[in-house]
Amino acid sequence: MFSYTLRRLAGAVPTVFVIITIAFFMIRLAPGGPFDQERSVPPEIQANLARAYHLDEPLGQQYLRYLGDILQGDFGPSFRYKDFTVTELLVEGFPVSLQLGLAAMTIAVMVGFAAGAYAALRRNSAIDVATMSIAMTGIAVPNFVVAPLLTLALGVWLGLLPVGGWGGIDHAILPIIALALPEIAFVARLTRGSMLEVLRADFVRTARAKGLSERAMVVRHALQAAALPVLSFLGPTTAAVITGSIVIEQIFGIPGIGRYFVQGALNRDYTLVMGVVIFYAVIIIAFNLLVDLLYPLFDPRVRHD
Amino acid sequence: MTEAMLAPPRSPWRDAGVRLLRNRAAVVSIMVLAVIAAACILVPSFSQWPLDEVDWSNIQTGPSAQHLLGTDGNGRDLFVRIFYGGRISLTLGLAATLVAVVIGVAWGATAGYIGGAVDGLMMRAVDVLYALPFMFFVILLMVFFGRDVVLMFVALGAVSWLDMARIVRGQTLTLKRREFVRAAHAMGARPIAVVARHIVPNLLGPVAVFATLTVPRVILFESLLSFLGLGVQEPMTSWGVLISEGARAMESSPWMLLFPALILAATLFCLNFIGDGLRDALDPRDH
Repeated sequence: MFSYTLRRLAGAVPTVFVIITIAFFMIRLAPGGPFDQERSVPPEIQANLARAYHLDEPLGQQYLRYLGDILQGDFGPSFRYKDFTVTELLVEGFPVSLQLGLAAMTIAVMVGFAAGAYAALRRNSAIDVATMSIAMTGIAVPNFVVAPLLTLALGVWLGLLPVGGWGGIDHAILPIIALALPEIAFVARLTRGSMLEVLRADFVRTARAKGLSERAMVVRHALQAAALPVLSFLGPTTAAVITGSIVIEQIFGIPGIGRYFVQGALNRDYTLVMGVVIFYAVIIIAFNLLVDLLYPLFDPRVRHD
Repeated sequence: MTEAMLAPPRSPWRDAGVRLLRNRAAVVSIMVLAVIAAACILVPSFSQWPLDEVDWSNIQTGPSAQHLLGTDGNGRDLFVRIFYGGRISLTLGLAATLVAVVIGVAWGATAGYIGGAVDGLMMRAVDVLYALPFMFFVILLMVFFGRDVVLMFVALGAVSWLDMARIVRGQTLTLKRREFVRAAHAMGARPIAVVARHIVPNLLGPVAVFATLTVPRVILFESLLSFLGLGVQEPMTSWGVLISEGARAMESSPWMLLFPALILAATLFCLNFIGDGLRDALDPRDH
């Protein structure tokens, strides 16, 4: 177990390194620079700015400097938000993104699992067909379409919820729904499939044969086994919610990390974009590792050694 | 002899076709998609309104006899723009999927067939790429490439081949132990010939299914980029661009959001249903 963790962590290092390298050179080689949008300043000042941010050094040297800074946990200053370091911006935006993401994940897993399991138990019934059709919609229709449509219906036409901004709980409802819907759909389809398989399994037949009521069989035996694929799907779900939040934060004007990424890319805010990429990559990798480590607790057949 | 034994031999593909045609959702989807595709090809060429002509007497007006789906903020006919956008979105989806299929099949089949250290190295590369947050990179790519449409589909294709490579490798591993592949070896066929003549044709089933499911993913990705303002640029348009314009104007002109959103949703729906139908048809085991 311990050595497995170590091996996985060691495997994650090259991945993060590749991510940093690709992202660094990609954004640096892009035409345009962080100070393009400023009013035209005399060349001496431009040179000073470049020197202050080490932009006058050769690219390779900048890259090594950046790697060194990262190793010390320093993401550098933001180019656009002049008074902030990237770390400060991340620390400020992360709680917002985290609340949004966690709420969406929780809802996705709970609602999706319940709906999928129920649909499997009532296979081919009207409820099953309806649930799966809705799930198909959730998968087929992207959240940047769902979000404006929900806003139009609930915000503009019915006036129930605010259409954007960030503040109270009512501001969070639409973004969370928009973020959770596609994941609810995935979890529901996944659960239904695995539940159908479980219901045909030998241990379920045994449970029935020994006279267990249908309800007890489902609650005590089937649900647990059906939950396993959902558990291993949590890693990809996190990644999907994170990427989804980039769009959702942009649409609703939510001050989280995702919005920094798009704005940062457009503004050539090198350090901010790098910071977000690295931060999210580490979160996704860490979460995948966590899921894999916890998996044997739920499925004793899987052991890491 | 019974009737069945005298019937003409049936290929697995014909069997799959019969099963697909029995799937009502898939058949309806194929028809709807055909209509949408035909409209995308025909409408922009034959409409009385050119793509970017401004109708000064109808700026941002709702659906009418003149403009079936209304006009946008610049008085341009939405009906034409939606189907013109569809051309772009569908073409990009198909082109990028083609790129993904070619790279994925070549990579996966090679890794699976050669096996050993080469396989390990090639799949390790896929694993590392898999862990990269791709959305980020495509966004960066678009900034980098200066939002060029042709390069966008290369980028989308280049990030979509990973799943394909994995599926193809897995299939190849099982296929290469089958008797007919051994027989081909025994008869002295060269490895390249074995891969091209015996392995790849047997991969077509899973590849077809996966390709059908990749098209909607790419379209979705393209729309997303365009929605964020990083994809297709004026004067061209795509479904993502139209939805993003519509979302901004939805309070006064909901039709600008509703129509492009509906047609994109319908297309994605159809492609997903066709993909599911194909999978069920080619792999009759119960899912």
